[in-house]
Amino acid sequence: MRLDKAAKAAFLKEFVEAFVLSMRYFFRPKATINYPFEKNPISPRFRGEHALRRYPNGEERCIACKLCEAVCPALAITIEAEPREDGSRRTTRYDIDMTKCIYCGLCEEACPVDAIVEGPNFEFSTETREELLYDKEKLLANGDRWEPELAKRLELDAPYR
Amino acid sequence: MSQTAVPEETSGRRTVEIDSHAINFGPQHPAAHGVLRLVLEMDGEVVERADPHVGLLHRGTEKLIEYKTYMQAMPYFDRLDYVSPMCQEHAFALAIEKLLQIEAPERGQWIRTMFAEITRVLNHLLNVTTYALDVGALTPPLWGFEEREVLMEFYEAASGARLHSNYFRAGGVSRDLPAGLEERIAEWAERFPKFIDDLEGLLTQNRIWKQRTVDIGRVDAEAALAWGFSGPPLRASGVPWDLRRAQPYDKYPLVEFDVPVGRNGDCYDRYIVRIVEMRESVRIIKQCLAAMKPGPVKIQDRKFTPPRRQEMKRSMEALIHHFKLYTEGYHVPAGTTYTVVESPKGEFGVYLVADGTNRPYRCKIRPTGFAHLQAMEFMAKRHMLADAVAIIGSLDLVFGEIDR
Repeated sequence: MRLDKAAKAAFLKEFVEAFVLSMRYFFRPKATINYPFEKNPISPRFRGEHALRRYPNGEERCIACKLCEAVCPALAITIEAEPREDGSRRTTRYDIDMTKCIYCGLCEEACPVDAIVEGPNFEFSTETREELLYDKEKLLANGDRWEPELAKRLELDAPYR
Repeated sequence: MSQTAVPEETSGRRTVEIDSHAINFGPQHPAAHGVLRLVLEMDGEVVERADPHVGLLHRGTEKLIEYKTYMQAMPYFDRLDYVSPMCQEHAFALAIEKLLQIEAPERGQWIRTMFAEITRVLNHLLNVTTYALDVGALTPPLWGFEEREVLMEFYEAASGARLHSNYFRAGGVSRDLPAGLEERIAEWAERFPKFIDDLEGLLTQNRIWKQRTVDIGRVDAEAALAWGFSGPPLRASGVPWDLRRAQPYDKYPLVEFDVPVGRNGDCYDRYIVRIVEMRESVRIIKQCLAAMKPGPVKIQDRKFTPPRRQEMKRSMEALIHHFKLYTEGYHVPAGTTYTVVESPKGEFGVYLVADGTNRPYRCKIRPTGFAHLQAMEFMAKRHMLADAVAIIGSLDLVFGEIDR
């Protein structure tokens, strides 16, 4: 028994074994991906950059019910609303401070008209802090840009919500 | 005595020679696991005194929670111990459920149990591998993070976020598991034990690893209890205390698992306990998957959980419930509870005082790492500087929860 142990120690048994193991891993397919060109798949529930959606006829969905403002734990959303000329209630101001936002997804959960959603985009870093203070214009532009994907995500997740 | 003794210092100068220097370990040290600032008084290369300074990551979570409704407070729990988010949500959700006297439906409980165990694997993978990194082994973290990636994809598929999930709610979970996820988890659970074998192949018998960890930072059972240890550090010291067994919650009474217990209470035992716990977690996950049946995942009481969206868009009553829940939230009857879960790091407790309104009156959080950190002084004493690093690694400290 002692001899056995001594032989193991002298021949660096565990090192050799670990080396063989690592070599096996070495020749396996790589786990890394070529990031800006390749990305991991994300689920329809992914909570990324916010967007304000529109109805297919171009009318904005948000009705300024302020549920998202009320539920936001980080107080990142600011809304001001007024009736429009045609009498419908719309926001005059819809700001999200993306530096405060904690991406909890409660705004999306709370929105009764599927207007504010968290989209699949996670590449929205900026050079200055001010650029992360999103206003309504930016959010609607996001919505227009991502609409096909947003609609698909909502459709896929609808059975669970 | 009428005559007061003149202190020696004032009577004459005394020269005391001290050959020690205080060094700052952290807060920017890569082995400090976040923002630990440890003031080490050294005698040569031997630690004479270890003085942890905490608070660099203090965000006032407890106070913030007092100003949020119960639903809004949930995301704050993800951010405490950001390595095991769902276990902490679990504690808060259970605390609220206890005060509301509600219970999550079967499937909700099974999902929570399963994700608590996935979280345990997630946490132990990070801890064991970075701990190995701290003492000089670079390969384990590279492999371990690959596996973590898979687990975080499960997180993301279920909750929508890889880390800050906000998935558990009082009365269940926010959404059911998407179709196909159970199969993916089952497939992962089949092949994961092989990965633990590989990880062990690198470390468990390795003589360098053993030299760095065996008999380092020994804590006997008595001292571990006296210092308020819990979780793997306590079990490594030989105390078979696991809250999943001692005070089972959710579906833990129905699953079969073993509680690994160490013998020596040194860094090596803490490592072994975590490795075995990962294997046990996989066992529990498999049982959860087998026992899960389709059904509601959150309590079907519209006073506590929002209605389905389809219903909300059609029924006025559902819409009112939806609005009430997302603005005012639910009122929790006055009462107090101290609810604990066995988080991967140990006993994570929430002491919740409700005053009948929609916000907690007080929410005291019992962080796990705090009790472990306070023992640093006693554990690191008369150890080498490099051993202090191994001890920190073996205690599994995360500053999000210690500083709160």
